[in-house]
Amino acid sequence: MPNPLNELLRQYLTVAIFAGLGLAMVGAMLGVGWLLRPDRPEPQKYINYESGVDPLGVMWSQSQIRYYVFALLFVLFDVEAVFIFPWATRLEAYGAFGLIEMAVFIFILALGLVYAWRKGVLRWV
Amino acid sequence: MGLLAFELAYWQQTVIKMLVVAVAVPGAAFVLGYVFLFKMLSFMQSRLGPMEAGPYGTLQLIADGVKFLQKEDILPDRADRFVFKAAPAVVLISTFLLFVVIPAGPNAIVEDLGVGIFFALAVSSLSVLGVLMAGWASANKFSLMGGLRATGQLIAYELPLVLAVVGVVIQAGTLSMQGIVNAQSGGEIFGWGGLGNPFLLTQFLGLVIFMIAVQAELTQVPFDMPVAESELVGGYHVEYTGFRFLFFFMGEFGTAFAFAAIAATLFLGGWALPDSWGVSGTAMHVLGPIILVAKVMILSFFVFWVRFTYPRFREDQLQQLAWKVLIPLSLVNIVATGILKVAF
Repeated sequence: MPNPLNELLRQYLTVAIFAGLGLAMVGAMLGVGWLLRPDRPEPQKYINYESGVDPLGVMWSQSQIRYYVFALLFVLFDVEAVFIFPWATRLEAYGAFGLIEMAVFIFILALGLVYAWRKGVLRWV
Repeated sequence: MGLLAFELAYWQQTVIKMLVVAVAVPGAAFVLGYVFLFKMLSFMQSRLGPMEAGPYGTLQLIADGVKFLQKEDILPDRADRFVFKAAPAVVLISTFLLFVVIPAGPNAIVEDLGVGIFFALAVSSLSVLGVLMAGWASANKFSLMGGLRATGQLIAYELPLVLAVVGVVIQAGTLSMQGIVNAQSGGEIFGWGGLGNPFLLTQFLGLVIFMIAVQAELTQVPFDMPVAESELVGGYHVEYTGFRFLFFFMGEFGTAFAFAAIAATLFLGGWALPDSWGVSGTAMHVLGPIILVAKVMILSFFVFWVRFTYPRFREDQLQQLAWKVLIPLSLVNIVATGILKVAF
């Protein structure tokens, strides 16, 4: 009797092989490029590109830390989506009770979004 | 592989699948790039587009590829070398992994994972990492700004993408891609089996949200703030030369094909014709890919048409659209679909 765990792992082995294929393809094309391209290092080539003028200041600019709110909201809703998927797959078996349960769940999280909205943190200015 | 008289060993099957996908990903990028980006854009602008390289300019992209191959490889001084080199690889790996779950026929899927569509959504988020790596490692202020804006946009539109799919999952009752295709071809609309049950009809809102989110995930205009050529000198891929630059484009067009194929599978019925039309099982092995490509072309037409028509959104307009319009709409869609599923 075939072990279902073996089947599952075999499927993900194929996934891993495909990730390796992507890597191999990148390596192969860059390898072909390495054979074909010239290599004449000049110091001026390695200056950062800022529309042709000399670059100013430190190479990394500062960004506003208050954009962390978007990442936070994203994590919230993403975890909510992870909970919604198994429920959605088996909705027929749960019937009306399951529907009301998930509607309450979505409503509570939507309240969080409304709160963030009213607080004004959803403005990217 | 039900076509052959004998069963191939696992490693032989895998090698064949790898070859097919290794050809399909650049091939898809090539076809989409040529048909839509070069020719359709040109015709919409009343000009002919590339005509010199090959008949009607078909070899233009190959010429571009060869040109990029022989460019010198320049890494900026202060760039973080490993992360800089790894970023396009991450984007391309995410594209390859997306092609694993696209069904092109009754057996022509690389792996019919039990969590098919969920896996596709998860893997498509990997490219966000690649973009952030590219923006940071380039050691260029504009790259960093572009990279951060891109990350903000991509995670904001990740959510409508995921939530729009939930309606389809509720109707199909399964996450596997072949299962979704079979639910559509074998289903009935109020007892009439003439068209099968393409989820386009009941999930039209879901399709619209999904296509808008796809447009944003691919950083196509009107959502292409991160690569705003006239504003951010090229955004997060400004410091990339030669083939590394082309990897980003191959990733973008390959992912465009993959997402269009996924949308065709989820909403239009994928490779299948409705069961009531009575097309035999063995014919579908050949017809399946052709039907899927036709549906992909239709959806890509819309994606690129919007790309060529609308001006660019400002960053805050873009975020407002995602958080204040698309996410509430997709939550409403989920609840409505659930109610309809339980009631009928």
